Amino acid sequence: MIHAFNFKDDYFVYDVESGSLHEIDKLIFDILKNNDLANYDKKEVEEAKAEIETLKANGLLDAPAPEYKMDEKRLDVKALCLHVCHDCNLRCGYCFAKEGTYSGAREMMSLETAKKAMDFLIDNSADRKILEVDFFGGEPLMNFDVLKKTVEYAKQRAKEKGKFFKFTTTTNGVLLNKEASEYLNDEMDNVVLSLDGRKEVNDSVRKTPNGKGSFDLIIDNFKYFRSIRGDKSYFVRGTFTSKNLDFSKDVLFMNDLGFDQISIEPVVLSDDHPLAIHEKDMPKIFEEYENLAEEYVKRRKDPEKWFSFFHFVLHLNDGPCYKKRLVGCGAGSEYLAVAPNGDVYPCHQFVGQTKFKLGNVFDGKLNDELRHTFAKTSLFTKDECQNCWAKYHCSGGCNANSVNFNGDMNKPYKPACEMMKKRLECSMYVFAKENN
Amino acid sequence: MKHVKTIAKPELNKITEHSGCGECRSSCQSACKTSCTVGNQVCEQRVLVRNSGK
Ligand code: SF4
Ligand code: SF4
Repeated sequence: MIHAFNFKDDYFVYDVESGSLHEIDKLIFDILKNNDLANYDKKEVEEAKAEIETLKANGLLDAPAPEYKMDEKRLDVKALCLHVCHDCNLRCGYCFAKEGTYSGAREMMSLETAKKAMDFLIDNSADRKILEVDFFGGEPLMNFDVLKKTVEYAKQRAKEKGKFFKFTTTTNGVLLNKEASEYLNDEMDNVVLSLDGRKEVNDSVRKTPNGKGSFDLIIDNFKYFRSIRGDKSYFVRGTFTSKNLDFSKDVLFMNDLGFDQISIEPVVLSDDHPLAIHEKDMPKIFEEYENLAEEYVKRRKDPEKWFSFFHFVLHLNDGPCYKKRLVGCGAGSEYLAVAPNGDVYPCHQFVGQTKFKLGNVFDGKLNDELRHTFAKTSLFTKDECQNCWAKYHCSGGCNANSVNFNGDMNKPYKPACEMMKKRLECSMYVFAKENN
Repeated sequence: MKHVKTIAKPELNKITEHSGCGECRSSCQSACKTSCTVGNQVCEQRVLVRNSGK
C-alpha cells in the first residue's frame, strides 16, 4: 500500500509496509494518482515510470507486508498510571475525569496502596527491565507526600530486582512551587505541565473552583520549572477545543514564552458538548496543522526559537519495531491504571467504568480473560485500520475512544483518524525538509 | 533518480530478532495524556546500539 500526497507544492509518496518516504515531482504524483498525463512529455513519462519500477524492485514502493503472528499470550505489565489523587484544584471545562473524581468520590491514594501497586508492577513485569509509572490524577501534587514516598519505595524495590523505573508526573501547576519543581526535576523522567496557550484561551476553560482563570496562578511556576529543567524531558501540554480552532497561535505563544517542548491535543468530547470539535471543523484544523508545520520548520532553524512539537516528531528511521506498531498503547495488557482504592483498570480512560474493572492490587489477581481481549486487539482485528496508510504510526487509535464513541474497541473514532492522518502528512513534510 | 528523492528507508517489514522486546516507552493516544503516537517513539534496542557505540 502506498500513500501519495502533497503539502502545498511539495509532493511525497509514503510506502506503508517498508516505511519508506520519497519526495517526488508532480509527474510521479500524477502517475501514482492515475491523473491525466496528456500535458507531459511522453519520454519524461516513460522515464518516471521506470523510476517507479526501480523503487518497487528495491522494496521501497508497494512493498509486501511481513509475515507476522501475534503472540497475545504474554500479559506482563510494564507501565502503571497511578491515580494518586482523585481530586483537583482546578475545574477545567473539558475534564474527562469530572473534576478529577472519575465520577466517584474525592479520594487520595494511601501510601500503603501505592506501595502495593509498585509491588504488583514489579511482580507482574516478568523479565522487563524498564518499568514506567505515571503519577496522574486529578492533580497528583495534592498528594505529594505519597508521591515522593512511592518513588523512594519503587526505586529501592527496583534495585533489589535489577530493574529500573521511569517516572512521569502530569500537573496543572497550581502547587508547583520551587520545592516541588526541584523534586520533579530530580526524580521524573518526564514532566507534563498543563497549559492551553494564550491567557484568554487558557482562562476560558482552565478555571479555579471560584471561576477565575488559572493562567496567572501557574505561569511563573512553569517558567521556573523550565529554567531548571535543562535538556531533560518535559512537555507543556494543552488541549484545543472548538473555541480555539486557531490553536497554532497557542503553540507559537507557548514557544514565545520560552518553552521548547510543546504538545497540543484535540479535545475529545461527545458531540453535544459546547467545547466539542465537529466534522465541520476539520478543514480549519487541517489548515492550522499546515500553518504550524511551515512555521515550525522556520523556527527550528533559529536556535533561539527552536522547539519540538510532539505530534510532528517522527522517527522514520529509528522508530519502534513492527510488533509495537500493531498494538500501540497496550492498555489492559502491558499498561494498566490503578485508582486511589487500588482498583485496576485497563487505562486511565476506563477508571470508574465498573464493567472494565480488572481487579485490585490487594488481591494480586486480575481478570485475565478481559485482559486477553485487550491484548488481542490490534491492527489485525480492526477492519478500517488494515486498509489505512497511517496504521503503523497510529496503531489503531485509542481503544477507550473507540469504546466510548462506537461501543467497540475495533471501531476507531473517526475524527481522531482524520486528524492523525493530517498530522502525519505534516510530520513527513517536516521530516523531509529537515532531512533533505 | 531524476523524479524521486528517497528521504527514509527504514525497512519496517524486516523483522529482527529483537522485535517485540517490549522495553520501549508505553504510548497513549488519548488527548488527556500527552498522547504518544507510536511513530514518534524510538526503539530502545536502537538506543542501546547507539549508546554502546556500535
Ligand atoms: S485508528 Fe484510524 S488512523 Fe489509526 S490506523 Fe486505524 S483507521 Fe488509521
Ligand atoms: S486506550 Fe486510549 S487512553 Fe487508554 S492508554 Fe490506550 S490510547 Fe491511551
